[in-house]
Amino acid sequence: MIPELGHFALITAFVVASFQALIPLWGAQTGQNRLMAVARPAAFLQFALLSLAFACLTQAFVVNDFTVAYVAQNSNSLLPLRYRISAVWGAHEGSLLLWALTLAGWTAAVALFSRRLPREMVARVLGVMGVIAVGFLSFLLFTSNPFRRLLPDFPLDGGDLNPLLQDFGLIVHPPLLYMGYVGFSVAFAFAIAALLAGRLDSAWARWSRPWTTVAWCFLTVGIALGSWWAYYELGWGGWWFWDPVENASFMPWLVGTGLIHSLAVSEKRGVFKSWTVLLAIAAFSLSLLGTFLVRSGVLTSVHAFASDPVRGLFILGFLGVIVGGSLLIYALRAGGVRSEGSFELLSRETGLLLNNVILAVCALVILLGTLLPLLSDAFGWGKLSVGPPYFNTVFPALMVPLFFLMGAGAWLRWKRHGLAEWFRRARFSLALCLVLALGLTLWLGKKPMAVFGVSFLALWILAGVWIDLGDKLKHALSWTAGLRRLSRSQWGMLLAHAGIAVCALGAVFTTVLSEEHDLRLTPGQSVAVADYRLAFSGLKEVDGPNYQAMRGEFQVYEGEALLTTLYPEKRAYTVNRTSMTEAAIKPGLLHDLYVSLGEPLDGGAWAVRVYYKPLVRWIWLGALLMALGGALAVSDPRYRLARQQAKASLGKGVEAA
Amino acid sequence: MNRQLFIPLLVFVALCVLLYQGLSMDPRLLPSELVDEPVPAFSLPALDGGATLGAENLKGKPRLLNVWATWCPSCYTEHPYLLTLAKEQGVSIVGLNYKDEPAKARDYLARLGNPYETVISDEPGRLGIDLGVYGAPETFVIDAKGVVRFRFVGVIDERSWNKELKPVLDRLQAEQD
Repeated sequence: MIPELGHFALITAFVVASFQALIPLWGAQTGQNRLMAVARPAAFLQFALLSLAFACLTQAFVVNDFTVAYVAQNSNSLLPLRYRISAVWGAHEGSLLLWALTLAGWTAAVALFSRRLPREMVARVLGVMGVIAVGFLSFLLFTSNPFRRLLPDFPLDGGDLNPLLQDFGLIVHPPLLYMGYVGFSVAFAFAIAALLAGRLDSAWARWSRPWTTVAWCFLTVGIALGSWWAYYELGWGGWWFWDPVENASFMPWLVGTGLIHSLAVSEKRGVFKSWTVLLAIAAFSLSLLGTFLVRSGVLTSVHAFASDPVRGLFILGFLGVIVGGSLLIYALRAGGVRSEGSFELLSRETGLLLNNVILAVCALVILLGTLLPLLSDAFGWGKLSVGPPYFNTVFPALMVPLFFLMGAGAWLRWKRHGLAEWFRRARFSLALCLVLALGLTLWLGKKPMAVFGVSFLALWILAGVWIDLGDKLKHALSWTAGLRRLSRSQWGMLLAHAGIAVCALGAVFTTVLSEEHDLRLTPGQSVAVADYRLAFSGLKEVDGPNYQAMRGEFQVYEGEALLTTLYPEKRAYTVNRTSMTEAAIKPGLLHDLYVSLGEPLDGGAWAVRVYYKPLVRWIWLGALLMALGGALAVSDPRYRLARQQAKASLGKGVEAA
Repeated sequence: MNRQLFIPLLVFVALCVLLYQGLSMDPRLLPSELVDEPVPAFSLPALDGGATLGAENLKGKPRLLNVWATWCPSCYTEHPYLLTLAKEQGVSIVGLNYKDEPAKARDYLARLGNPYETVISDEPGRLGIDLGVYGAPETFVIDAKGVVRFRFVGVIDERSWNKELKPVLDRLQAEQD
């Protein structure tokens, strides 16, 4: 009965979403308050219904109801409870349901926190989000129903969850990522609502800023978590692979980063409005495209796409309606937008615009690389696919000017600036960064180009942060008084920029300076890796709930001192007969030591892989700093004040700052 | 009206047309670059964990090289017919397990039966790229000298076997005898 209840809730949610999409938008267009008032209750009701549907599916997993096809495919009675719950979003149908639930959650949050916004705006925003929900719910109901039963012939036990997904990282990774993806729908809905209303003033930028930043924070943490998971779980020490799934989350992140900055400029200085709207549309469109490219399997295999033409066509139709429709509205409505501010060629505005363009180009380049197999197939060029070499060449080439501008911006004033004046102010820092980077390169003595490049850029960004801080404290009575006066959003910006520097350092140092050793070891043998000595002391069989494992024991010595013991495992999962490598890691701020157990070889020996990874933690540390910066910016009380003032200042184009 | 504002829309429409083409085109019609060329050199593990296999393992007699994977729904459709070919008609088939997890692939064969003499495990997909594989399933007919003589894209069933693949294999058999 319960799966049917879930199915029923899903259908009802679909009906409610249809009302939420049509009635308020019609009401806003014709100015009827009663119709607009439908938006809020519909948003709450849709969220409640989808929560119920999600709870029903979770219940089916918890009680091992293998009559439900989706449960039978992705769970097993031996699976521990926490993984049975996370298995709900472990495959296609369930993750779509999570997507829909997240969207409903964001919609309800907008409905809840928009009391002070004009009625028409709220009606339009919730209506646009309703349109998106209708698309997703019909995709769920018509092509991917998670509640489909296997009656009367159902299996006695399920096929088990992919062991790769049986891990803490993967319990929290998809929900965080979806919070980010779907969160961009709010900025998107605000942009469309502003276009529909014909009011592209600073007010809409101000309203969507906190929402966009929250979504961006979730996406940042989600991507970092995915990268961290790949690092410790896949067993070969990589942290980024440029595979379509990762690219799908990275493209909206890049555009979203541009959007945050562009929104700030639009709000404060009244320029770039049309560009900001386009970025808001692009960020969400890329989230959609990414979700579907990944979910449809179109990039794993062209054939798989063609083999399910219904899903493929649906996806394309939905994308066409949402993205095509919004771009059409953009083309028709954005023409009347006038900039209220003005700026000259060399100014902070230009710097920000350039960085925005670089971020957008970056997303485009990744999109091309990701879609190339599909494009070449359509044109009949034969199989062309670009792998990491393409991305690893193009991406850093774009990051160099981006990072340089990021640092250089600190010495740039709003509106206008002279090149000579900029150089006079920045030359000392520039020289200092160059000298420090050169010193670091000489001291390390390895891979001079990459090390010099990244350490200069990272120092340059940090110098920019420092100068910015100094500028803000200049007029304060004392250092401490100035620091206290700094607003949370200023702190947030400084922290996020420092995070980028940390992340870049980690990424490049790990890539060029890592050591990798493929070894053949018998118990009792030792090897030297970097400054450590690693002793393989033996193996033991251990039993987990749904797997058996061989557990290796490795003592790590530095000199004569025993630092720690590492226990890498090789697991064999019973039900789907999959084997998995559980790496053991000695983490450190400056470097990781990473041991992964391979296959048994003859003569009692084992294949063992050992990695020495300098600064690898900095990648995720940097991402956390960025997200923390975003969170600080959102918590700035200015936004709450701003909401109170928003109504009064609507339409006037606020000149804040 | 500002014309340049339509540029994003036009780009998107072009993208949609491409995606639509990708959806509706028949990939079977595309020839392989490799026909009448030897199988590219490779060194990959056998799926059952034993020896390392190379291009020389494909020499000796005419056979099929069948590209498959557990993520490919059409492979499940094709599988029973491959079993029939191997068991009843004595066709020699080598499997190329393409961009797949070996453990899943082993499980697939254990559950559904194994029509292959040997299976090459191409987890990174390198040999697949060298062969110009579009996806799975795909089947190459290889002669006794290890030269690719024919390429077939899609599911092998009774009709396509008798019409397209069998004549080629029979001819190669005759050449050898």
